[in-house]
Amino acid sequence: MSAPNKSFDPVEVTTLSPEVLAGFVSEAITAISAANSLDELKDVRLAHTGDRSPLSLANREIGALPPAAKAEAGKRMGESRGAVNAALAARTQELEALRDSALLIEEAVDVTTATGVRAQGGRHPLTTIQEQIADVFVALGYQLAEGPEIESEWLNFDALNIAPDHPARTMQDTFFIGSEDSGIVLRTHTSPVQIRSMLNRELPIYVICPGRVFRTDELDSTHSPVFHQVEGLVIDKGITMADLKGTLNHFAQSMFGEGIVTRLRPSYFPFTEPSAEVDLQCFVCRGASVDNPDAPCRTCRSEGWIEWGGCGMVNPKVLVATGIDPEIYSGFAFGMGLERTLMFRHGITDMRDMVEGDVRFTRAFGLGV
Amino acid sequence: MKVPVSWLREFVEIPENLSGREVSELLLNVGFEVEGVDTVGDVRGPLVVGLVKTIEELTDFKKPIRWCHVEVGASHGNDATPGIRGIVCGARNFAEGDLVVVALPGTTLPGDFTIATRETYGHISDGMICSVRELGIGDEHDGILILPAGSATPGDNAFPILGLGDEVLDISVTPDRGYALSMRGMAREAAISQRVSFADPGVALADLPEAGGTVIPAASDDYQACDLLVLRTLGNYNPAAPSPDFIKARLAAVGVRSISLAVDLTNYVMFELGQPLHAFDADKITGTIRARWAKSGETLETLDGVQRNLTTEDLVIADDARVLSLAGVMGGAYSEISETTTRVVLEAAHFNPVEIARMSRRHKLSSEASRRLERGVDRMLPPVASARFAELLIEHGGATFEGTSGVEQAPDPIVISFDPNLPGQVAGHSYDAVSVETILVSLGCAVDTTNSVWTVRTPSWRPDLVAAIDLVEEVIRIDGYEKVPTTLPTAPAGRGLTELQKLQRRAGLHLAGRGLVEVRNYPFVGTAEFDALGIPADDSRRHAVQLANALSDEQPLMRTTLLPGLAGALARNISRGFTDVALFEISSVSLLAADQSATGVTNPPRPSVLKRPTAADIDALEALLPQQPLHLGALLAGALKPTALGAKPTPAVWSDAIDIALALGLELGVEIEVTAGNLAPWHPGRCAALSINGELLGYAGELAPKALENLGLPKRAVALELNLSALLDAANVIATAPAIWTFPVAKEDIALVVKADVAATDVLNVVRDAAGELLEDIRLFDVYEGAQVPEGHKSLAFALRFRAQDRTLAAEEVAASRQAGVDAAAKSFGATLR
Repeated sequence: MSAPNKSFDPVEVTTLSPEVLAGFVSEAITAISAANSLDELKDVRLAHTGDRSPLSLANREIGALPPAAKAEAGKRMGESRGAVNAALAARTQELEALRDSALLIEEAVDVTTATGVRAQGGRHPLTTIQEQIADVFVALGYQLAEGPEIESEWLNFDALNIAPDHPARTMQDTFFIGSEDSGIVLRTHTSPVQIRSMLNRELPIYVICPGRVFRTDELDSTHSPVFHQVEGLVIDKGITMADLKGTLNHFAQSMFGEGIVTRLRPSYFPFTEPSAEVDLQCFVCRGASVDNPDAPCRTCRSEGWIEWGGCGMVNPKVLVATGIDPEIYSGFAFGMGLERTLMFRHGITDMRDMVEGDVRFTRAFGLGV
Repeated sequence: MKVPVSWLREFVEIPENLSGREVSELLLNVGFEVEGVDTVGDVRGPLVVGLVKTIEELTDFKKPIRWCHVEVGASHGNDATPGIRGIVCGARNFAEGDLVVVALPGTTLPGDFTIATRETYGHISDGMICSVRELGIGDEHDGILILPAGSATPGDNAFPILGLGDEVLDISVTPDRGYALSMRGMAREAAISQRVSFADPGVALADLPEAGGTVIPAASDDYQACDLLVLRTLGNYNPAAPSPDFIKARLAAVGVRSISLAVDLTNYVMFELGQPLHAFDADKITGTIRARWAKSGETLETLDGVQRNLTTEDLVIADDARVLSLAGVMGGAYSEISETTTRVVLEAAHFNPVEIARMSRRHKLSSEASRRLERGVDRMLPPVASARFAELLIEHGGATFEGTSGVEQAPDPIVISFDPNLPGQVAGHSYDAVSVETILVSLGCAVDTTNSVWTVRTPSWRPDLVAAIDLVEEVIRIDGYEKVPTTLPTAPAGRGLTELQKLQRRAGLHLAGRGLVEVRNYPFVGTAEFDALGIPADDSRRHAVQLANALSDEQPLMRTTLLPGLAGALARNISRGFTDVALFEISSVSLLAADQSATGVTNPPRPSVLKRPTAADIDALEALLPQQPLHLGALLAGALKPTALGAKPTPAVWSDAIDIALALGLELGVEIEVTAGNLAPWHPGRCAALSINGELLGYAGELAPKALENLGLPKRAVALELNLSALLDAANVIATAPAIWTFPVAKEDIALVVKADVAATDVLNVVRDAAGELLEDIRLFDVYEGAQVPEGHKSLAFALRFRAQDRTLAAEEVAASRQAGVDAAAKSFGATLR
């Protein structure tokens, strides 16, 4: 290193010449560009900006210049260092970006292995279809009514105009508690909930009653001694059979799609008069399979209609038995089997699937049907 | 009921080209569901009447064989022998000159057996002479079917003669329409459905010859039970006279076996007109035939061979010597028509339907007769039907008419005041008065339209029509349900589901969201299941409602706990190869009070249905029933969630069962308290009693090893069962928001050494109460037993979080609060800081 120049003698310091400095800068930039990793760049930084780098060494020589030359050399040194630092910064950014993206590639996983750690719970479709149906009617302003499964015979039969010796009572193979004379049965339908509603609720009554019911059938692919129904009941002034038909069509469309209608066929139930069977227009073929062997329909067996349930206008005798004046009020009731509804709606082919509790069956329905 | 279309056509015009299915559609429109259409005889092809011209006995074979020439009509012969066929036949019951049925080559008989020309026994057999059995129209096998001489011409198509090809509708008749259990009734409906006229066979009496002979007198002791009894006595009956083929064919088509002419005719007339009839051997009768109540101690052997003990509630037909039959239900063996009967007395009666239904139910005996009588039979029919029977027995059985006797007490006719606007009000659709009247008249009603409210006299064959609403139904039915318009009634503004209903849904969603799968088990249980669970003999869960007619002797009880059903479902899943199964069920159980009997009461209340029951009546009805709260049960074996990749499986343990309950409580906003519990089937050392505000809610934990072994379930399976109704009730409150304080938190951990049998929750509660209001939260985060603590002790580590409402806490304040907790634990439990 040259000695300080206090004498203002013109001293030629070669390393501070513009050409030489430019050479240093150029070498540094070349090395910076050549650095292929942040580690290499660290070495390059040390070599070209460190204490022992040519630029640093040259910087020390500024003191050897006469004062008149110092400012100019200082400026030149600043520009040179700035150029090198800028190149370093730019290259650092480039290399960091490269490193970051390489890391992302390196950290890639097989996303398809993210299976199987979720909770695999499910709700039984018989539960959720009850909720879905209730929601349809709650939206219309109905209330959801419930009642006990072990029920008095009076509520299950007598109050529904099914007298003790009525043929309909023996038709429904009833589970009796204790003996046939105990007056207690496993309810054979959800209709006692209608009676409870008529006894306990204020008029007008708009209720939907889903629930579990019992008949002494052995379990097979289409029967079960324990099954589920939903019944609807309306008691109001001026209720007509047209109201019943409109309500059933609304129900059908809510469950099976726009435009699906129902059809009523005359039938008999002691607690309604007139009574009818409810057929549902096939929601799969919409009747297109009838007399069309080229396009058979499994859902309706190419009949165009699916038997869905029963309905009718509440028999005035039932109103009388619950203390409602049939001269002022009238009403309708309808009921459907939920197992059957699920079977044709979801393609369930065996009743036992709904009974046995196999987790595969219930999981397939998730949290709702 | 089976209805041959050909039989219907006797009384109503049905277009020839209408198929059975099209007739079904007509009937469907008026409310009769046809469940199937069968064709009589599965025979196709050229089946003709033949006249046996010659028979040559072939004797060169092991069995006798006949080589016959049969005249089959000019158009059916072959070229060599016009009008004649050579046929080899093995049967021997026919003679030259007999009329037989010939299946010509090309005919297909039942069993898909097609007749072809073939060489056999040295001759070319060119067809087949058929037996009843080969034609599929009967079981008789005593040879070839021989038609009555002169009844047909050789070459005639045999199908209509044999009733083959007739379509038979299987019609489902609802129990209110007894009249429709007959050809007469169905023909009327077929006529109404087509708006055509109907020739009613049930009105006019048959012309009978002048009576001559001794008449058996009739009597009824109780006109409430039997208001009409008609007897027709006939002599000189030939018991060997066969039933005509058309009668046999029709009875076969409706599913009734042919027995003898007299019995067949009672059935035939019953199916034709709907009136059950009973024929007695008149020579077995002593004195008067009487409808009366049985005396206590009397017995009767019915036609099914069963000896029946009678009570004073049994209505019987008896003579002066003995009980002859169970009225309207089944005849007795003593007086039945036999092979030696030559004198017949026919009973035709009208009984109170309720009495018939009761007897049928009491004796568990349902017959074609009782089925009709309990549904209601035309009261005017007995004379008509019995005359029809007499006419047929005279014609086909050579009988002579001896006379008629009878008793009657006619009830008042049913007259209904009927506002013709009523159908429109019920249907929401207008019917003009003329159509209403036309429909009522077509049913058989006599309608007086003079006043604005009509007077309608209903026909005797429609005992189901007693009130205006019954007529309304008929008007809407016949006019067509499809013509009723559709409207949607407007309910009052609703409030949606109740809070409890919403909470119940949330409970189900929460549990499924945690990974449990819902099942819905049958509610039937048995003591073997209680035994397997280890439920003690005096446990109230064994006091279960008992079924009178359980499907299985093993499961005659209604469940008091959900665990047996869950155990069954879990075992099924495991047997199907699943190792990690978490099940839950939300269902009601039935809990009897200690003073309620498992078999109910003997004399239950039965309030009148003619008015609203009183409050006391309703209470009495409710008192019959057990409590039926909703329970939640869960049963877990293996891991609740599938194991993550590379991680160790973590099967559910006792604490998971408890946590499911606690988490559900949190979801519903209820704090469930946990204390040590002890209840079968749980492991006595790993059983938590769950409660809310000190009220017991249920239990959770690991199941006892013995119970799991008995149930065939994996070791260490865990379960919980709680009263969900009680939990939902507790949850049904409006939550209060907490104050959210934002001053800095101070955290402290303490480890307290206590005796091993001290409950961590008790320690936590004491520390929390003593630490005061600065303690914002306290949580147990570790339990340690081992070398670092004295024998018989454990260390409980709690994380404490302190915060003040209005300031940053000073270190001394935190230390004081913490120390207060530690001191209290020391005082209460002898706890020492570790």
